[in-house]
Amino acid sequence: MRYRSLERLTIIFAWLTGLLLLSAVSLLLGYLFIKGYQSVNLTLIFGDASPLRAILLQERVFNGLFPAIVGTLILVLLSVFWAIPIGMATGIYLAEYASPRAKRVLDAFFDVLSGIPSIVIGLFGFAFAVFLHKHYSDRIGPCLLISSIALSFLVLPYIIRTTQASLEGIPRETRLTALALGATKFQNIFLVLIPRSLTGIMSGIILAIGRCAEDTAVIMLTGAVASTGLPRSLFAQYEALPFYIYYISSQYADRAELMQGYGASIILILLCAVLFSVAYGIRKGLTHFALYRP
Amino acid sequence: MKRYRELIAERVFLLSALASSAITVAILVFMVFMGLPLLKQGGLYQLLLKPWAPFQGSFGIYPMIIGTGAISLLSLLFAFPLSLGCSFLIGSIAPPSVSKWFRRLIELMTGIPTVIYGFVGVFLLVPIVRELFGSGSGLCILTAALVLGIMITPTMTLFFCDSFDRIPKAYLDAADALGASPVQKLLYVILPAAKQGMINGVILSLGRAVGDTLIALMLAGNSVRVAESVLEPARTLTAHIALVIAADYESPEFRSIFACGVVLYLFTMAVTFLVRYLTFSKDQTV
Repeated sequence: MRYRSLERLTIIFAWLTGLLLLSAVSLLLGYLFIKGYQSVNLTLIFGDASPLRAILLQERVFNGLFPAIVGTLILVLLSVFWAIPIGMATGIYLAEYASPRAKRVLDAFFDVLSGIPSIVIGLFGFAFAVFLHKHYSDRIGPCLLISSIALSFLVLPYIIRTTQASLEGIPRETRLTALALGATKFQNIFLVLIPRSLTGIMSGIILAIGRCAEDTAVIMLTGAVASTGLPRSLFAQYEALPFYIYYISSQYADRAELMQGYGASIILILLCAVLFSVAYGIRKGLTHFALYRP
Repeated sequence: MKRYRELIAERVFLLSALASSAITVAILVFMVFMGLPLLKQGGLYQLLLKPWAPFQGSFGIYPMIIGTGAISLLSLLFAFPLSLGCSFLIGSIAPPSVSKWFRRLIELMTGIPTVIYGFVGVFLLVPIVRELFGSGSGLCILTAALVLGIMITPTMTLFFCDSFDRIPKAYLDAADALGASPVQKLLYVILPAAKQGMINGVILSLGRAVGDTLIALMLAGNSVRVAESVLEPARTLTAHIALVIAADYESPEFRSIFACGVVLYLFTMAVTFLVRYLTFSKDQTV
């Protein structure tokens, strides 16, 4: 009888916690959308400028989110651009070349790398920028380039792990066919194994993009600022959506700015939701990616 | 010709792997290198156990260590039961259709940007805490820990579910064959078998709670005093790094944030190796 009540309690407890988590998250999202949905429109993004002329870069946007959105976009593309080649090559090495011992050692390194708090990576980027500034050129400071490099460190473990996991998931028969037909190891990797595991690698890359888009801690130390317009070069400071949201939450001057903060939050969350759904559509079951979240 | 191409390809892959792992080492070396002058000046004791009082020349990060510990442990206290219940639900209690749907939702929740949690926390939870307890500004350890707890719950739930998934199917089939109900299977088969994996999940979640910057920065009030209750503001190591942006790169203030960086880095390393050790020793015994 005692066991029975324990079982019943467990069931009640499980459903209660499930409900609690669901209501907490719907409260969070509901609050955001109900308070902010009115502010999501073209004015939020382009301010007083005309959308077409702003996109064609003929007109500067002063009071809209356009520069922040563009900043985030460029930042994400750059970071992924740095991270993909080296991440994929490392993943291939781990899956196809490394001896079990080398693999154990390298695994430890990447586990640590994926666990390093993003603010520490940001601090590293900042210190690196200062170092370059002092020793090489006065023109280098915290900037878009430094941010994107630091962010690429942050998402490197994702790309390594997804590449490695999808290569290792290929069945033995597929793995051996081309080799048996006389292909070299390199040909086998590039013509058979990589195409076979492309979906897995792609979903990892998209999740990495999502991670770059949402991260605030790295960019706040490495060159994101609240207002500067569109980034003029790789060595310039820039605006970014998540940093803008953080900035507004502590520094908003009036209701209009606050509403812009809500609007920016909704845009960011939609962006992340879209990326996540795409990654999910490409490959079902993302549990193990979520676990590698740095 | 062909052989050279093979060789070059292998070398390129090896070099990439070495470069990626060099990043891990480079970050630590750089932090230590930058923080070293401060360490030489006052020693480890000064740095880790003294209060933060720049005007008296004391740059200890003790209050931040305490702040980080308090906020992350408290958030774990909120997140653990929540995650446990949710993983029970997904693992066996809910009917398959509900559990699949719920799991997908939780995976989606891990994608919510942390800055959004912070933003909503500032405008929704802070006023509630302020009214409810009637003290201070509402920016306090409790607020930050609540939001942080909700933020790490999806991840921790997935860690738990992952360790449930690793249980050999034969165990589950045996329980089914003996006529166990889902909840009996959960309590007497799944939980004992998944204990080790769940401990790993808790440790990794703690690592994530310690490493989070934005929530503590936005919600914990960032006071440099050591807090006496959960309703007082505190500052975490991560928030401290974000807040101290000194113009003078040689100043002790600036150096001290590298000490924070080193502490956080070493903590990450400890978490990683503890989990690896636990997993490894388990693999040996099974």
